[in-house]
Parts: sequence; C-alpha cells; structure tokens
Amino acid sequence: MGAQLRLLRRRIKSVKSTAKITRAQELIASSRIVKAQQRMHAAVPYEREITHAVSAVLSNTSSVDHPLTVAKEQPATAGVLIVTSDRGFCGGFNANVLREAEALKAHLAGRGLQVKPFVVGRKGITWHRFRSREMSGEWDGFSDNPSYGHAKEIADALISSFKQDDGIDEIHIVYTEFVSMLTQEVVVKRILPLEVEETEATPETVMPYYEFEPTAGDVLDSLLPRYIESRIFNALLQSAASEHAARRRAMKSATDNANELISVFTRQMNQARQAEITQEISEIVGGANALADAAAGKE
Amino acid sequence: MAKLRVGVVSPEREIWSGEADMVIAKTVDGEIGIMPGHAPVLGVLVEGGVLRVKRDGEGDLVAAVHGGFLSVADNDVSVLAEAAELGSEVDVAAAKDALQRAQASIEADQEDADARLEAKRAAARLRAAGEEV
Repeated sequence: MGAQLRLLRRRIKSVKSTAKITRAQELIASSRIVKAQQRMHAAVPYEREITHAVSAVLSNTSSVDHPLTVAKEQPATAGVLIVTSDRGFCGGFNANVLREAEALKAHLAGRGLQVKPFVVGRKGITWHRFRSREMSGEWDGFSDNPSYGHAKEIADALISSFKQDDGIDEIHIVYTEFVSMLTQEVVVKRILPLEVEETEATPETVMPYYEFEPTAGDVLDSLLPRYIESRIFNALLQSAASEHAARRRAMKSATDNANELISVFTRQMNQARQAEITQEISEIVGGANALADAAAGKE
Repeated sequence: MAKLRVGVVSPEREIWSGEADMVIAKTVDGEIGIMPGHAPVLGVLVEGGVLRVKRDGEGDLVAAVHGGFLSVADNDVSVLAEAAELGSEVDVAAAKDALQRAQASIEADQEDADARLEAKRAAARLRAAGEEV
C-alpha cells in the first residue's frame, strides 16, 4: 500500500511540472501571436502598393515578355518552397504543411515534372534529411520572427535558379495561412511564372497611363523581384503567426490534459491513503482486541 | 491648391503617411520633383537616396530611402522603399561609424561592392539627418 502511495505522489509531481512548462509555453505563444499579427498588418501597405505598381506596369505594357512572367513551353523541373517551423510543440502544424507538400509533389510528378524542394524551418529540414531526400535550398533559425532580409535571401535563391537554363521552371510555395486565432490553413500557391493577384479592374479603376523612369522594361526588371520577395515575406509572416497560434492551441490542450491527469491521480492517491489508514486502524484494533483477549484468558 | 497624399512604406512597416505640397525624390534618371497634378509616373529609386517631402506650415520631412520605387497617380504618391528611415529617427553616431567602416574597407579593396553600397546608405542616412557628408 505505501509503495503505491509513493508512486502516485511521484507521478503527480512530474505531471505538475510538465503542466507548468506547457502553461508557460502557452502564455509565451499567445503573447507572440499578437506581435506576429502586428507585423503581418504592418506589411500590408507595402504589399498593396507593390501589387498595385506591378499591375500598373503590366496594364501599360501591352506585350509583357519578361522572363519571370513567361511560362516555359516544356517545364521539366519545379521548385517547391516549403515553409515549416524551427521548433516543435505546435501540434500538427508541420505535419500538415509537409503532407500538403507531399500531395503537391505527387501532383507535379504526375505532370512529368522533377521536383526540387526548398525548405524553410528546422523541422522541415530534418524531415527531409531523415528520409535522405535532397534539398535544393534550406534556411532555418527565423521561422518565428522572419525579417525582410530573410525573404530576400530566399527570393534571390529561387529567382536565380529560375533564370538558369537548367534550373527550375516553376516555383510553388506551401505555407500556413493565418485565417484567425483558431483557424490556420495550409495553402499552396504558384509564385513563378508570375500571376499577379489583381482585384478585378472595373471601369472606374482603369490604370492611368504611366510614364516610366527609366523605361517600362527597367522598372519591371526591378519591380518583379521585389514583388516576389514581398509574396515570400508575406508567406513567412503568415506562417510565423500560424506557428504561434498552433503552438498556443497545442500547449493549451496539453495543459488541460495535465490538469485532468492531476485530478485523477489526486483522487486515486486520496483513496490509497484512506485505505492505508483504514487498514492501520483495523490492525491496531485487532491487535488491541487480541491483547485484551489474552489478558482476560490469564485471569 | 490640391494636395498630394503621400505614403512612405517599407516591407516591414508604414514609415509615414500624410498630405504634402511637394515630393522630391531621386530616381536612377535623376532628381524628380512632384507637385499636385503631376502625370502618372513609376520610377526606380536609387540606392542611398534622400526623399524630401515639403509640407505646409511644417518643416520638410526628410527620409533616407534605400532602393525601391516611386509611384504617382492622381495626386497619390507612394514611395515603396526596401528600407527607409526618417531623418529624425537616424542614429547619427551609428551612421557615422558605419560610413567610416565602409570607407575603410573601400580603401582596402576598391572592388568591394558591398562596402560601396554600405557607404552610400550611411551617407544617405546622415544627409537625411541634416548632417554634412
């Protein structure tokens, strides 16, 4: 009996300390979601303006023949940028992204394309390493707080590979979109060849006739890479916010679970202690009775 | 007189927005001044340029703008900078330090493109802060 009591006490102690850790993680994640969301919102004006500028150039130049917008006639390889997190403790966050990436790879392979993965986030990298799959690019260390410099680095690698003759012919991106605190969705988008996401041009919003400095071609040359950088930056920010939200949810359910376990164990422990006491009392009573009987027999 | 609606944005945040009478920026073709009623323009800005926004009754708003674009349409002026800093926010001592370091590495290696870029940026930040360079 005593052994069981000790065992239960030990388990309660260990579950309690686990709950403390998960609770702390939960609180950290919730405070970081707010920050991540603010960064997401702060990036919106730039994105809106750059999308506007790209569509302005494209609507002004009738024949857009930029290498970044033209689909190759016979694409042979496709790059897939997979955005995962650096740390675990976030439920199915990474598993969902990787599953979606696998589905995309299968789809691309079905079209006869060779797939080259570019991976962001330590979890995605180890996932690929464990399966000894080759990666064409890997970046880690910033998944929970990406800066524009990181997006630029990634965009540079992708664009230079896209421009090479024997490089990749298409680029897709798989990341988690932050819909709300409770919902995050894995989305798959093609970023190259470029499709500018444009709101429908109603007659009132027809683009004015722009002058370009120096020329439309030059403006497009420097505009498109920035546009891609901003798309990637957006994906990184969305993914960071989603990661924190996923972590908060996972840690909240872990904490809840731990608290439930604690109450179950506490009840069992009380029962065991009560049983022990009852037994001790009955032993004492039994012993006292036996002594009393023996004394009565002597007289 | 009509006013210009000006927005200065970088990828990480909106630096400044408001109304102005005139915007002066430096594109790769040279300085460009924009007043209300200007024809639509899309220009590429130089690395390490200084943006000047003239306002009514207030002092000029000066910002160091590194790369990016200027787009003007219908009295809306957007400055999309890869990185930008208001003159009032510049850490002068840090910028001077950065300029000196960049110049030292240019002297050591004339071909050092990174250092040249860094020197340009630091100089723009100092000019935006109203320092002589």
